[in-house]
Amino acid sequence: MNPVNYLYLAALLFTIGAAGVLIRRNAIVVFMCIELMLNACNLALVAFSRMHGNLDGQIIAFFTMVVAAAEVVVGLAIIVSLFRSRHSASVDDASLMKL
Amino acid sequence: MSTTAVHSLWTTAAEPLDKIPAPHIEYAQLAPTLIVVGAAILGVLVEAFVPRKSRHYTQVFLAVVALTAAFAAVVGLAVGGYGTTKAHIAAMGAIAVDGPALFLQGTILLASLVAVFTFAERRLDPAAHGKRVDSFAAQAASVPGSDSEKAAVKAGFTTTEVFPLALFAVAGMLVFPAANDLLTLFIALEVFSLPLYLLCALARRKRLMSQEAAVKYFLLGAFSSAFLLFGIALLYGYAGSVSYARIADVVDGTVQTIDPALAGTMGNDALLLIGGALILTGMLFKVGAVPFHMWTPDVYQGAPTPITGFMAAATKVAAFGALLRLLYVVLPGLRWDWRPVMWAIAIVTMLGGAIVAITQTDIKRLLAYSSIAHAGFILAGVIAVTPDGVSSVLFYLLAYSFVTIGAFAVVTLVRDAGGEATHLSKWAGLGRRSPLVAAVFAVFLLAFAGIPLTSGFSGKFAVFRAAAEGGAGALVVVGVISSAIAAFFYIRVIVLMFFSEPKPEGPTVAVPSPLTTTTIAVGVAVTLVLGVAPQYFLDLAGQASVFVR
Repeated sequence: MNPVNYLYLAALLFTIGAAGVLIRRNAIVVFMCIELMLNACNLALVAFSRMHGNLDGQIIAFFTMVVAAAEVVVGLAIIVSLFRSRHSASVDDASLMKL
Repeated sequence: MSTTAVHSLWTTAAEPLDKIPAPHIEYAQLAPTLIVVGAAILGVLVEAFVPRKSRHYTQVFLAVVALTAAFAAVVGLAVGGYGTTKAHIAAMGAIAVDGPALFLQGTILLASLVAVFTFAERRLDPAAHGKRVDSFAAQAASVPGSDSEKAAVKAGFTTTEVFPLALFAVAGMLVFPAANDLLTLFIALEVFSLPLYLLCALARRKRLMSQEAAVKYFLLGAFSSAFLLFGIALLYGYAGSVSYARIADVVDGTVQTIDPALAGTMGNDALLLIGGALILTGMLFKVGAVPFHMWTPDVYQGAPTPITGFMAAATKVAAFGALLRLLYVVLPGLRWDWRPVMWAIAIVTMLGGAIVAITQTDIKRLLAYSSIAHAGFILAGVIAVTPDGVSSVLFYLLAYSFVTIGAFAVVTLVRDAGGEATHLSKWAGLGRRSPLVAAVFAVFLLAFAGIPLTSGFSGKFAVFRAAAEGGAGALVVVGVISSAIAAFFYIRVIVLMFFSEPKPEGPTVAVPSPLTTTTIAVGVAVTLVLGVAPQYFLDLAGQASVFVR
């Protein structure tokens, strides 16, 4: 199968993720959409790696997974602390500093 | 039949592995980063093993020693000629050791050193239950206003984890402007961003605002780094490599051997243009340039003020360093495409930051919008695409970082019952009540405004001259106009402090320990020295303005 198709899929997933970040109002769901974007990047990297026949892209994909895991640790800690003090994870409710 | 013979019926011996060559790492040249990372890891161990009572002093000592040692290592490398004649690419192509990298690393280390002094300040907040406390939450995990928080405050807990977190962030910032391939760039970005998200959430007072700032910074920061990563994927797809030099060769069309896959992707300009644009998006977010600036005011306002000062100064230095290297080393062949875009971004950043700042009523938000405007001024130097452009940006970053840290350190001093009094109306008449603090803050504001004899003037002059010589005259005109707009609200704060009556229930100015005093004194000293006698530092930046490729 032509690896270019995987690139289209990656672009589609990335767009879905980006649209989700902009549309969804729950911080956890927004965060999941960001993870979807990172995974779309991984797919693109691996597809390009296959096209070029070198391993750089696959190695970056591993690094991305580790970074995504670290991001989950930090992100969930922050979101959970916000949820515990507000009893809501909505990004619209967090508006103390709005002008 | 022997066992091996039976075995060989359904298995074959794998080829003996070729020896995998060990990577060649120049540890001495990476010493600044390694020292800071090592100290950060030691800091984690300190959290685990040192008794709570002595943790604060141990952590402060460790952080100060590490940052000083790392700065000494940077100076040692620069004296050894690694900034000029011996500039080269270390760690198997991952890290560049050259003039701009060393200059920016030195700036980041000095700025973080004085910022760490404000982290360690324990005399501003009134002592809780007889124990001195700093600006950070007693226990970040406890819910604001809950019994567990009260218990933590009563027990005199402090979040000493801020020091290792800050050191990890500094380590990422040291690598970010020196990264010489896209993978290192991405990892460095995450290494300095993740600790900063956490640090933003750790304020002792106004904890809801602090947590909100952290969530906003985290979600938007992760969003932008996903864009950066997709850009990296596309550029990798375009050039078949993540190394800066290789990508630059492919962009310029000077690559020697072209395999069929590369020939296919090289011709696809969409990969290059979209990839470059997405990477620029990620970096301009960190810089705080206008279409990507929405996080800046909220995060600057909500984060603990010492963190805001650290973040405002050091992040900007690191991000502009990486942006310069990307535009000057990887994509110079594309400059006819990116220059118009950066022109537009610089103009809206300068004007947008300056105009919106006029309407602000909170001193931290005001400084946040002023930092956006300053990002625009620095972008004007980036656009020059000349060695003068690089050196002027380096100088501006040095000047700007100390003014910023000093200004936010002054903000921590002006307090009322609810913590820091950041609303501008409370600053009325501060000059009558405590002339020294108001005068020092006025010096910083004048430097932000770019009044002669302050570092702000020398920096702006250098940047605008480089931009004008680089053929961006119109940009300089816009820059001067927005400087004039910006000067209006800086002067307004000065007028408010000195020429209005102090309110009876106004804030008090806390007397800081020598730590914050040192930070502010260093800020004032650097501001005045760079303003009165900038030549030595301009020459230094000029010598450091050549990138290695």
